[in-house]
Amino acid sequence: MTATEYKAGSNLEKILAAGTFAVTGECGPPKSADGSVIEDKAKILKGFVDAVNITDNQTAVVRVCSMVSGYQAQQNGLEAIMQMTCRDRNRLAMQADILGASVLGIKNILCLTGDHMSFGNHPEAKGVHDLDAINLIKMYKDMRDEAKFQCGEDMAVAPRLYIGCAENPFGDPFEFRALRLRKKVEAGADFMQTQCIFNVPKFKKWMEEVRAIGLHKEVKILAGITPIKGAGMANYMKKFVPGMDVPQEIVDRIAAKEKGAAQQAEGKALAVEMIKEIAEIEGVAGVHMMAVEWEPAVPEIVEAAGLLPRPAVA
Amino acid sequence: MITADRKPLDEIIALVGDNKKVLVAGCDTCVAICLTGGEKEAEILASELRIKAEQDGRAVEVEHTAAIRQCEWEYLDMIAGKVEAADVVVSMACGIGIQSMAEKFAPKIVVPAVNTNMLGMPQEHAVWLERCGACGECVIGETAGICPVVRCSKSLMNGPCGGSHDGKCEVTTPEKEDIDCAWALIWERLKSQGREEMMYINRPPKNWSKSSSGGPRKMVREEAKPV
Repeated sequence: MTATEYKAGSNLEKILAAGTFAVTGECGPPKSADGSVIEDKAKILKGFVDAVNITDNQTAVVRVCSMVSGYQAQQNGLEAIMQMTCRDRNRLAMQADILGASVLGIKNILCLTGDHMSFGNHPEAKGVHDLDAINLIKMYKDMRDEAKFQCGEDMAVAPRLYIGCAENPFGDPFEFRALRLRKKVEAGADFMQTQCIFNVPKFKKWMEEVRAIGLHKEVKILAGITPIKGAGMANYMKKFVPGMDVPQEIVDRIAAKEKGAAQQAEGKALAVEMIKEIAEIEGVAGVHMMAVEWEPAVPEIVEAAGLLPRPAVA
Repeated sequence: MITADRKPLDEIIALVGDNKKVLVAGCDTCVAICLTGGEKEAEILASELRIKAEQDGRAVEVEHTAAIRQCEWEYLDMIAGKVEAADVVVSMACGIGIQSMAEKFAPKIVVPAVNTNMLGMPQEHAVWLERCGACGECVIGETAGICPVVRCSKSLMNGPCGGSHDGKCEVTTPEKEDIDCAWALIWERLKSQGREEMMYINRPPKNWSKSSSGGPRKMVREEAKPV
């Protein structure tokens, strides 16, 4: 594939287009004007992931914006996947921001609905929700492919974007979940990342549905992996994080170890096992490592899973 | 119907301020049906205001009345005498009624005794649920008669978000009660109608200019205007 045939020409796109098993990571920007946090996280992950999600006010908590943090990650040698939620911006802001991000050299974008305001630190905020994630994907696709704004007006220079989306195989109604991904693919998604997978049998069942409608051939699917740092975290995710499916045996397995280093080691071992099992599933094009505030665990897990070295992309 | 919740007594007293002659005005339409602002509730509030004033040693005269509908000029004419005699009107109507009262009797001070909260329906006795966002472009013909604009916490137009679990929304009400996931309801009802393929359609961005985002709305029915 030549440079002009790529949609955006990002590392991530090239790796996935080549059929190489991809590894993406995740960086949460800080809750202050501290410019060193993303730089430090980027140094930890550089060379161990192909690109890194930069979260957008994740869990509806105010942080440094994903555009600036994404730019910072790229300045530090780590390709960004800029997240964009429909919660905080209307269609004007979402188009303005993607043009700005494109000018700054950001090529991967992840289109999300966003966690509801009620979960975050400003529960009294007005939610925007002008578009939903499917509308957002389509809008960016039309900007890229047709050089048109959502209103239909032409633009002189179209942004080059590799468009991603998320899907939760553990959300309900389960029988609609693969069909919802199809809607996103029809809207223009190039790649998708799943919610954190802990229930592997259910994820396999969802992948069966995905393959049954041929979606694995139309969109690059990256399976979400979150190493569990301890039994407390496992319990918290099981009980309080929306859309999370953490089987009791996973909680029990971590809790059986001594609190601290032993639980962390078990969490990492579990992540490695899951990556190996999931990589065998037909249609899985890579993994998305979401080590929430535990970035230093990622290099070790990726290495133990046999995913190093990461390919150098021209 | 339009539903409303009564404000706390202290807030109403603060709104009344130093005014001596107070008229509590109920409305016998929507807010009476939701047991918040009808004549009976106006009488109760008037009593509460009198008792509190006496306890606090303030000399205040409190009357009460009710209009059949505070949102229509003709019905306001029927209580004009009582309104003119008061220093302040404490209206228990919805936001429309309160504003009609304030406009009709300007510069009379009119203050709200209720918080208007939704276009809802009584699900069971004394329980109301939001059903319509008055968005100006109804889509429920495609969503099995269930409104995603107000019944989905994120007003999604293309199916449930990842936070839908066991038919429930990821959001809970401020009273910490479960909310049904609108899109789970839509999916089930469309299936029961044999029309689930309606969920497969990608709906374009909604035209919010027909909602309050387009500025205050005005409706004119030319054919109904007096000749």
